[in-house]
Amino acid sequence: MPSQMQYLLDNPERVLELTWDHIQLVGVAILVATAIGVPLGILIHRVRWLQLPVLNLSGLLYTVPSLAFFAILIPYTGIGKTTATTALAVYSLLAIVRNTSAGLDEVDRASVDAANGMGMTAFQRLRLVELPLALPYILTGIRIATVAGISIAAIAAVIGAGGLGRLIFDGIRTVDANRIIAGSIMCILLALIADFGIGRLSLLIRRDLRASAERGS
Amino acid sequence: MLGNKDPLDFIDYIRDNPDKFWTLFNQHMTLVIYAVIIGLVIAVPLAILTSRISWLEKPMTWISNIGQAIPSLAVLALMLPWLGIGFKPSLFALSILAILPIFLNTLVGIQSIDASVVDAANGMGTSDAQLLRMVQLPLAMPFMFAGIQTAVVQSIALATLAAYIGGGGFGDWILQGLAVRNFPILLAGAVPVALLAMAAEILLGGIRRLVVPKGLTVQ
Repeated sequence: MPSQMQYLLDNPERVLELTWDHIQLVGVAILVATAIGVPLGILIHRVRWLQLPVLNLSGLLYTVPSLAFFAILIPYTGIGKTTATTALAVYSLLAIVRNTSAGLDEVDRASVDAANGMGMTAFQRLRLVELPLALPYILTGIRIATVAGISIAAIAAVIGAGGLGRLIFDGIRTVDANRIIAGSIMCILLALIADFGIGRLSLLIRRDLRASAERGS
Repeated sequence: MLGNKDPLDFIDYIRDNPDKFWTLFNQHMTLVIYAVIIGLVIAVPLAILTSRISWLEKPMTWISNIGQAIPSLAVLALMLPWLGIGFKPSLFALSILAILPIFLNTLVGIQSIDASVVDAANGMGTSDAQLLRMVQLPLAMPFMFAGIQTAVVQSIALATLAAYIGGGGFGDWILQGLAVRNFPILLAGAVPVALLAMAAEILLGGIRRLVVPKGLTVQ
């Protein structure tokens, strides 16, 4: 084992605690962003003229450097987790909104017609037909947002939000490569696991959808 | 909590310190422009090479995907123990990170060209260099441009973080504002850099629409 891994091996509890912190931070932000982003995606799918302004605005917000975003929020939401979660949720919105509306756009016209022909209400059609068919796209949005969020959350440690960024910033302050490496490796691992896990999930759902289409149910 | 001054006082703070403002602006932009140029010089040949040597494709895409999972803060932080603090380690980190989006986009651009177009060019007797110069690169240009746009916006964000390892730029004011708990200084760094990033996105988007032929636009 290279000496760079020493911090990880010597302080497994500390590293795990910060990792759990990190997961919570990103998890809450993604939940908030999904709760806002999916309805917003449905809205801009239905109300076409809203699509361009909403996507452009969230695209523009996405370009704001995270450190600046945190700084601008601090006078209003203070130092700590609230500010970090707010900024992370705003960053995640873009991918989730865009993928939700794209997924709904991709739903086969025939499926929509069939649902209408069966006498479904607009809400039933959305819940039973359109959203399940768009789910793989929505999950892709969530996957992209989660991987990016894990990287951005590392920066949130500077405003006291905790997480693996603590190790990296402590490492910078004490010029200790071992801590920086420990924090970075855990971040990369988290990102790769999230990427693989959510990717796997959407693959399973896709397969399930295809299977039920073949059964004709 | 942070100081009790009105956050909007940051405008006065900038007005009172114009020299410092332009110094930070210059440091910030120098980092961004050099990083993107270095990124371009490395990424484009690398993408061309990868598109021609088929066994390179898989490992290179794999490396790039892992590369995108590495937190940018970590790349910057890791320069510190090895290269110390200042402009050079910051530029080094920014350049490494600028390579990724340009490389991936250029590669996808070349790969997405219809095989029949390449066949037609070969059938007309183009040499390998001609094929690249007259067919593949022009057709891959919209993708390449999208990659450059991403690299610029991303570099503006990273240059803000570079203040942590002594790279200068607007991050200096943000760090100072955080350290002495002063809203105006904090926002004097944060607001300009946020506007800078948005302006770059809009400007480069506009240039892309002007330069890239309509039939070649990518979303």
